[in-house]
Amino acid sequence: MTTTPAPAPTTAPTTVSRRRLIDRIPVVHQVRQSYGVQRFMLVTGLILTLVFVILAIFAPLIAPYGYAQLRDDSGAFGAQEEPSAQHLWGTTVGGYDVLSRVIWGAQTGLFVIVVAVVLSIFLGVLLGLISGYLGGWLDRVLVVIADAIYAFPSLLLAIVMAIVLSGGQSGLVPGVFAAAISLTVVYIPQYFRVIRAETTRIKNEAFVESARVIGASTPRIMFKHVLRNATRTLPLIFTLNSSEAILTLAGLGFLGFGIEPSSAAEWGYDLNKAISDVTSGIWWTALFPGLAIVFVVLGITLVGESLNDLADPRLRGRRSVAASAGLTAQTSVTAGGVIDPPGGLTGLEEPER
Amino acid sequence: MSVADIKDLVVSFASDHGAVKAVDGVSLTVEKGEVLAIVGESGSGKTVTAKTILGLLPETATASGAVVLTRSTGGDVDVVTLSRSQLREVRGTDVAMIFQEPSTALNPVFTVGWQIAEGLRAHERVSGAAAKAKAIDILRQVGIPDPETRVNYYPHQFSGGQKQRIVIAMALVLRPGLIVADEPTTALDVTVQAEILDLLRSLRDDYGTAIVLITHNMGVVADLSDRVAVMYQGKVVEQARTRELFANPQAQYTRDLLAAVPYVGQGRAGAAARLSGRAVGAAAPLVKATDLVIEYPGRLGRGGFRAVDGVSFSIGAGEVLGLVGESGSGKTTIGRSIAGLTKATGGSLDVLGTEMVGFKEREFRKHRVDIGFVFQDPASSFNPLLTIAQCVAEPLIVHRRAGDVASARGRVDELLEAVQLPRSYGDRYPHELSGGQRQRASLARALALQPKLLIADEPTSALDVSVQARVLELFAELQSEFGFACLFISHDLAVVDILADRIAVLYKGKLVEEGTGAEVLGDPKHPYTQRLLASLPVPDPVAQAERRELLRALRAADPVG
Repeated sequence: MTTTPAPAPTTAPTTVSRRRLIDRIPVVHQVRQSYGVQRFMLVTGLILTLVFVILAIFAPLIAPYGYAQLRDDSGAFGAQEEPSAQHLWGTTVGGYDVLSRVIWGAQTGLFVIVVAVVLSIFLGVLLGLISGYLGGWLDRVLVVIADAIYAFPSLLLAIVMAIVLSGGQSGLVPGVFAAAISLTVVYIPQYFRVIRAETTRIKNEAFVESARVIGASTPRIMFKHVLRNATRTLPLIFTLNSSEAILTLAGLGFLGFGIEPSSAAEWGYDLNKAISDVTSGIWWTALFPGLAIVFVVLGITLVGESLNDLADPRLRGRRSVAASAGLTAQTSVTAGGVIDPPGGLTGLEEPER
Repeated sequence: MSVADIKDLVVSFASDHGAVKAVDGVSLTVEKGEVLAIVGESGSGKTVTAKTILGLLPETATASGAVVLTRSTGGDVDVVTLSRSQLREVRGTDVAMIFQEPSTALNPVFTVGWQIAEGLRAHERVSGAAAKAKAIDILRQVGIPDPETRVNYYPHQFSGGQKQRIVIAMALVLRPGLIVADEPTTALDVTVQAEILDLLRSLRDDYGTAIVLITHNMGVVADLSDRVAVMYQGKVVEQARTRELFANPQAQYTRDLLAAVPYVGQGRAGAAARLSGRAVGAAAPLVKATDLVIEYPGRLGRGGFRAVDGVSFSIGAGEVLGLVGESGSGKTTIGRSIAGLTKATGGSLDVLGTEMVGFKEREFRKHRVDIGFVFQDPASSFNPLLTIAQCVAEPLIVHRRAGDVASARGRVDELLEAVQLPRSYGDRYPHELSGGQRQRASLARALALQPKLLIADEPTSALDVSVQARVLELFAELQSEFGFACLFISHDLAVVDILADRIAVLYKGKLVEEGTGAEVLGDPKHPYTQRLLASLPVPDPVAQAERRELLRALRAADPVG
């Protein structure tokens, strides 16, 4: 055995112990952390999502007319008017202003997302975690139930809900809840399955066993060690589900089970009414609600993908630390290994997987 | 006559952080019928060099220089400049490869005969019957008993050592002049390793096959090779005949590397000193196993698997017990059951006054303060989303010694310094540390509560030899400083010898021998211990040649096992 003394720690502590305030705000932190393609994806997604949210919240201020407004001081709008200075995106067959309907529609969409996801995510994650970590008969029962629900088409469930809640034709709140509740039922198994699969994998990792040896209580292991590692894919499902929420609401409206135009604006309903317009060359009634759906779904998905990558230090792209090009990677020379390799962290041996 | 001639080879990889040079101006020659060992630590470029010989570099790599192979049909080719189809022609016929992990190198859904024939079909038109005959022939040559039947077996029907023999048969079937063996015995148990090394030696002696042997194990080098090239940071730092290199190493790096290799007999003085230093008290042992049985439940309708079968031992306060055995001997299972990770099913296991057979986690939890555990795999033993400081502070927080990470930071810094990591490493994430550094941090976490008992499950088997030496030294220092008792689990006798006061040898779930290091390693009683000891290659070619004969005699006397 060598008697070489361990190389003295030669570096001054370089890391700051406390990050600046601006770096600790959730999304801002991620944007600053990212670079390259990851940053582009994240920023694009954020802009689209932000526009959507702003439109939803400030719809009364931004929209030139109300969602159910058919006339103003100068008289009725008229049906299927071409885009003009007065109606930038034209009017629908029912005589509503398309631009206003699209903007107000964002509000309904956001409402559905929030209700559906809030209802399902907590229950789904909790059940998945418990089922995966504890296992046993509870796990088997929950998995069978989840599989059974999987087989149930969400749109059909939504239609049933819509009828149950308000006899098919409904106002804003019953319409949104019809979509949200049916989505919740379908989403819970999705969150459940993903979290359960990750949990069963993670609970056999050495670091979980290490926590058990330390004597950490089961809830602490579940929520501190397992949950945080299991939620890596959640932003992705969350965003995909958000977009599915919008699509289901639109689907309901398109099938005629949605919200009355007099109680809220809804993109699916407008698309439904625009079917006949398309064949007669009236493009503006279908195009704008359709684009609204596409951009919102795209924006939310981009944000989810990027956050997913950034949350994991192993997937996160990094700026190169030092110009180590052409240098051989330093391996552990002296017994005990290098304390601070010349190329910074990248000079270290490749991390094991 | 040289089989392969490497001249000024430079290999660079394009990475996210710019170019990384893996091999930097290497020149090597492999003669016919010679075993050239390339040794070095992980990242030294030895595997990249060997893969270049077969043209197996990934697309991100660029190579310059020349690797000239002498073809069996006559003539030379430079592998670096060959096209894909030309490379395919060379592989198998002129140069073949033996991989590290035999269980992944074989395709599980095809019979071994089919897989051997696949190599034949790639190069020549052969009938099914002829290919099979050839496969049977080659299986017999690599020592697979009853090859006529077993040619139709699937890989899972063979043991690990037999699988490696089949991999060697696949490499050998077209009689290449050169075989590249990348850590061919690393995944195998030490007794099986000795047999595979014998087989490789016979390839050289009987068929004149040249072998490029890549390994980090200096014992294997001493056992098999004729010439050694030591690589470090992409360069060959020393090249010499094996005997000369071990007797008289020139480069400083080679000397350090050789000095870091643990050998049996090293720890005897240390153990004696520790023993005399410790007050021999009549205190009750911390761990006492009596006829311990641990069974894993079987599938429905089948009996369970008995991993540990009637084992009795005890660990006194401040004592280091080394538990040695091959894979499947039940050594890890014993360690896990002491920590309450695996349920003991029979006999009695007393840990810190608690009976572990049928224990309740609720009652055992208070004793967890006194138990530390170091896991084998440094890659997965830390929560990847927490910093090192958070991980090391975890036991302190769980047992209410500290309110949060910030208030535990002082103690965490102390611990990190105790394991010789800079304080600033506390802010890094586990994947930003090397294997050895992570294992030291793991030790820091295990010692955070100053446990009475530490269980170390192969803590150094994933590390390079010089890193291992440093970690072991640190371990010994900490043990004498903190005075914890320790169950040290390892497959490596030499490693156990350095640290352990007493050594227990496990074989197929049974304890075959137990005693002090001097007793067990100096004068082994049980035939299995004798074989285990004789199988361990020593980093000294002269002594190793003698040991080989001893092992042969032992094997002849006791062919079982």
